[in-house]
Amino acid sequence: MLVADQLTYKVGKKVLVEDISFSLQAGELLVVLGANGAGKSTLFHMLSGDKLPSGGVVTFSGKNLSTYTTAELALKRGVVNQQNLMNMAFTVLEIVLMGRYPHYANSSAQTDLKIANKVMELTGVTQLANRSYLSLSGGEQQRVQLSRVLAQIWDIEGALLLMDEPVSNLDILYQQQTLAIARQLAERGMMVVAILHDINLASQYADRIIMLKGGRKCFDGPPSKVLVAANINEVFDIHADIFTNPLTQKCFFIPKDVTIHLD
Amino acid sequence: MVVRKSFFYIALVVVLIVACGFSMGLGAVKIPFGDVMLVLAHKIGLFKSYSVPAQFEGVLNIVRIPRVVLGLLVGAALGISGTGIQGIFRNPLAEPGLIGISAGASLMAVIIIVLELSIMAGLSNLLGYYLLAFGAFAGAGLAALIVYQISKSDGRSNIATMLLAGIAINALAGALTGLLTYIADDQQLRNITFWMLGSLAGATWEIVITVAPFVLIPVLLLPGMGKALNAFALGEVQASQLGLKVNVIKRNMVILATMGVGASVAVSGVIGFIGLLVPHIIRLILGVDNRHVLPASALFGALMLTMADMVCRTVVAPIELPIGVITALLGTPVFLYILIKDKRKLVL
Repeated sequence: MLVADQLTYKVGKKVLVEDISFSLQAGELLVVLGANGAGKSTLFHMLSGDKLPSGGVVTFSGKNLSTYTTAELALKRGVVNQQNLMNMAFTVLEIVLMGRYPHYANSSAQTDLKIANKVMELTGVTQLANRSYLSLSGGEQQRVQLSRVLAQIWDIEGALLLMDEPVSNLDILYQQQTLAIARQLAERGMMVVAILHDINLASQYADRIIMLKGGRKCFDGPPSKVLVAANINEVFDIHADIFTNPLTQKCFFIPKDVTIHLD
Repeated sequence: MVVRKSFFYIALVVVLIVACGFSMGLGAVKIPFGDVMLVLAHKIGLFKSYSVPAQFEGVLNIVRIPRVVLGLLVGAALGISGTGIQGIFRNPLAEPGLIGISAGASLMAVIIIVLELSIMAGLSNLLGYYLLAFGAFAGAGLAALIVYQISKSDGRSNIATMLLAGIAINALAGALTGLLTYIADDQQLRNITFWMLGSLAGATWEIVITVAPFVLIPVLLLPGMGKALNAFALGEVQASQLGLKVNVIKRNMVILATMGVGASVAVSGVIGFIGLLVPHIIRLILGVDNRHVLPASALFGALMLTMADMVCRTVVAPIELPIGVITALLGTPVFLYILIKDKRKLVL
């Protein structure tokens, strides 16, 4: 279980995240939505342990997150980052195998290679295995990084998977596949937190949605409850029509035209 | 792939031994390759009895062997430190000189040469030389420490700030060195030039033994950090997410590289571009996995410096070229090549 209790993050006098609390059960896929600068990434970094909250506590598996060593955390949670800058020409397979680093001392075992091959198949990068990472397109690189993180937590029960805009460079098929993989992992007992911008994608795959505005939690609940026109208007300042897909009973959203005056 | 890598290591060691043999044979007294090998084999206890002219043995023992061994040590240290620094900076263009190590070292050396510290006059030649050497080592360490402290914020050190601080330290040390050359006399200028361009000419057994631990510690310890350096290539945050103690590793890596480069500069002056050239060539052959690049660049660095020393002793004999001239002539085109080839891909 992951519990965020009154999380606050300040830089100087500026408050980026204020008083956010929620708890997440094994098997849940939580999507965090919010406009640019709403505090999504800051909240995300506190959940991953990369930033220490200025106030409040994150508890992970009954233990304060800040008391874990980096090595312990690496065996319990994987993080798909928004930004990945590389200058060294590692091959795709080498990078995916780096996800197994917490699991072996010096050289990878047969299981590690097997897991790497399995996740590369899932993310569709198998045929790129021996290519240099630097020669790949943005979307391909994103899928390689996803594979690396999947390899890291693949065989860990009850692991936490955190994804910060994991589909930003992906085409529509891979967007769906990425979220479907996350969905499956949640069903296998993992906890998944994903920051997304696509409301329909969130509605389609999330068990639960949290919407942030100005660093605070505005709405929290299942997609059908949270994704209503008034809420979306409040958080994103946009007018939209919400419909229910008669086939899946899931809601989907169509934004109304925005009027812009250039002069 | 495994076969290819083992073959590469074996080939490297064989070529290195042959190059050492030839290098020891070259000079004012020419010694046949076979005789050099006999003397070396005897030294490691292979032959009890052998016949080599006493003059040859004397020249080898006193001049040639210490010089070649010093070259091996300095080359190995520069090569492996280059790989380490590039890994920490996450940039294939980073060179030990970049974070101010070389500049700090030569500044201290020039201060000692020009100001002719009064203690120096009271010391014998050898002690004076040691003072110069340790002064350079201290300058190297100090420069690295300053750059490292400046770039540290929030308990983490920022790579971009570290690079920029390195540039500043280099500029400052360069300016002070330049200032000092104005008050130097002719003989001092000659000494300074010799130092700035690097040379193995001062090699003696005492120097070899003094510098050996400072070189061997990084050469033996850095290869164990290959996996950590690989994870570093993903990014500092990513490496920490994979369970690495990023700050501890970064500190150890900087200390080891300073030790290797500082000690090398101390005994042989500024020999540039080995730290850039060697890792680059190794990556072309073995790929970028640091578990292989680190040990291989120690071996290859040793080989490159042995060859460069051979060239600079023989092209215009009996005069000797500074070895830094040779390494810079080889190194700069490669540096520019990487720069042009990668200019779109390089990001901080």
